[in-house]
Amino acid sequence: MSERSRPYQIRGTLQTLLSLRVEDPEAPTFFDQLKADVLRSPGFFKNAPVVIDVEPILDRAPTELRLFVAKVRASGLQPIALSGGDKIWNDAAAAVGLSLVAGGTHVPIGTGGEAPPAPAKPEPAPAAAASPPAPSSPAPTAEGPTPTSSGRTLVSDQAVRGGQQLYAAASDLICLAPVSSGAEVIASGHVHIYAPLRGRAFAGFEGDESAMIFCDKLEAELVSIAGFHLVNDELPTAALGKRVRIRVGTGRLDIDIIA
Amino acid sequence: MAKIITVTSGKGGVGKTTSAASLGAGLAKAGKKTVVIDFDVGLRNLDLVMGCERRVVFDFVNVIQDDIRVQQALIKDKRLDNLFILPASQTRDKDALDRDGVGRVLDELKQDFDYIVCDSPAGIEKGALMALYFADEAIVVANPEVSSVRDSDRIIGILNSRSKRAEEGREPVKQHLLLTRYDPDRVEQGDMLKTDDVLEILAIPLLGVIPQDKIVLTASNVGTPVVLEDSSIAGQAYQDAVQRLLGHDVPMRFIEPRKTNWFSRLLRRSA
Repeated sequence: MSERSRPYQIRGTLQTLLSLRVEDPEAPTFFDQLKADVLRSPGFFKNAPVVIDVEPILDRAPTELRLFVAKVRASGLQPIALSGGDKIWNDAAAAVGLSLVAGGTHVPIGTGGEAPPAPAKPEPAPAAAASPPAPSSPAPTAEGPTPTSSGRTLVSDQAVRGGQQLYAAASDLICLAPVSSGAEVIASGHVHIYAPLRGRAFAGFEGDESAMIFCDKLEAELVSIAGFHLVNDELPTAALGKRVRIRVGTGRLDIDIIA
Repeated sequence: MAKIITVTSGKGGVGKTTSAASLGAGLAKAGKKTVVIDFDVGLRNLDLVMGCERRVVFDFVNVIQDDIRVQQALIKDKRLDNLFILPASQTRDKDALDRDGVGRVLDELKQDFDYIVCDSPAGIEKGALMALYFADEAIVVANPEVSSVRDSDRIIGILNSRSKRAEEGREPVKQHLLLTRYDPDRVEQGDMLKTDDVLEILAIPLLGVIPQDKIVLTASNVGTPVVLEDSSIAGQAYQDAVQRLLGHDVPMRFIEPRKTNWFSRLLRRSA
């Protein structure tokens, strides 16, 4: 049977998952509060797959796990996996039909609004410099081009001018026109700029060290990935004006010139 | 129906008012009925540059707030029949302009005129936002230097997102770049940015390059729009810009250093 005639495709995907970090499962208001949170943003939470993170309660025995999972489901979330467990917890998870995932990068999210809340503040990346540069907080009035969202990636085909900010809260960002000096482009994933980068670019804004910045012409004021950063003065002369890829190396940013 | 053209820059002192006066006068001279409006409430200058400061009775703010008809406030130019000026108030501040009032005045003027040229104040605050809000086209005035170019970039971003056209999702404000105070010799020496450098950063079409010319200051002091100084290079450059604004294809002039022979160089050195 050829590859083509297979009635399905197995593909790797990257998904952002909610994680329910359990700190006190016996708190009397645990499920009331959880239900209230789900009801407050049903579009975001209702039936959303969730990973149960038991790392804070490893010292307890997983005796009530089945009941706990049922109650989480009754609250409107869909537990699909367990993370942060030890052998005892993992065995218990298998017994109740949860798979196991390794702990990811955690970002606290607010539960205020209906829309997927934007990460309020980036967690300082672990090995970051004393005070990692942060873009000015996204202002609701900040004028910016209106990008289109294609799937998970934010695509902007207008120049990002000085004073403007483009923010891809939970995805990669693609800019097809120049990013002016004084402008900021920010993404939790990669930042691709198929034009000159003259402003500031932040990739892996929530601490993802595998995020990268690509641009056609490096003239940036500042580049930052997961808290590691370089200002223009620190950019290697050889890379200035070149098409480059920037990524986190060992404890610093590496810049590769792409021919 | 008139076309509303806002002359703006972000940065102050780059030649907005000089350019608004010259483009307005140039359009009028080309037969278009034109009104130039001074949006710089509190720092009124347009009337001086256009030489009508001694005939101001009512102003823009009176029309918006005090039941004065716009026709009473318009000042007719003495040189050109087609040219009118609506001066700013010197005694008020920019808060005196409200969006509804400005929109009402512009709507009324639109019936009578072919072109409405709005002279924006510097900055990116209320006055400047008001001047660009109703624009159909914008002329971004910049000098060939880094700080001016950066501020122009900022104002282009604001035009793209804060104008009425942007808010209503209509066709965006058409933008033109007008480079002023361009000194070909200093560009040659590397003291000033080249036209191409500025265009690469700002990436909007070039309406014109106005060369540095002593006549600009002299003309401003006597209240004559530079465009009417036919014999000057700045005047001719403004005339070219007006032609381009009207859709004519005119080659750029005065952007190369003037050719000098050894004799004139000698003269200049001793001057």
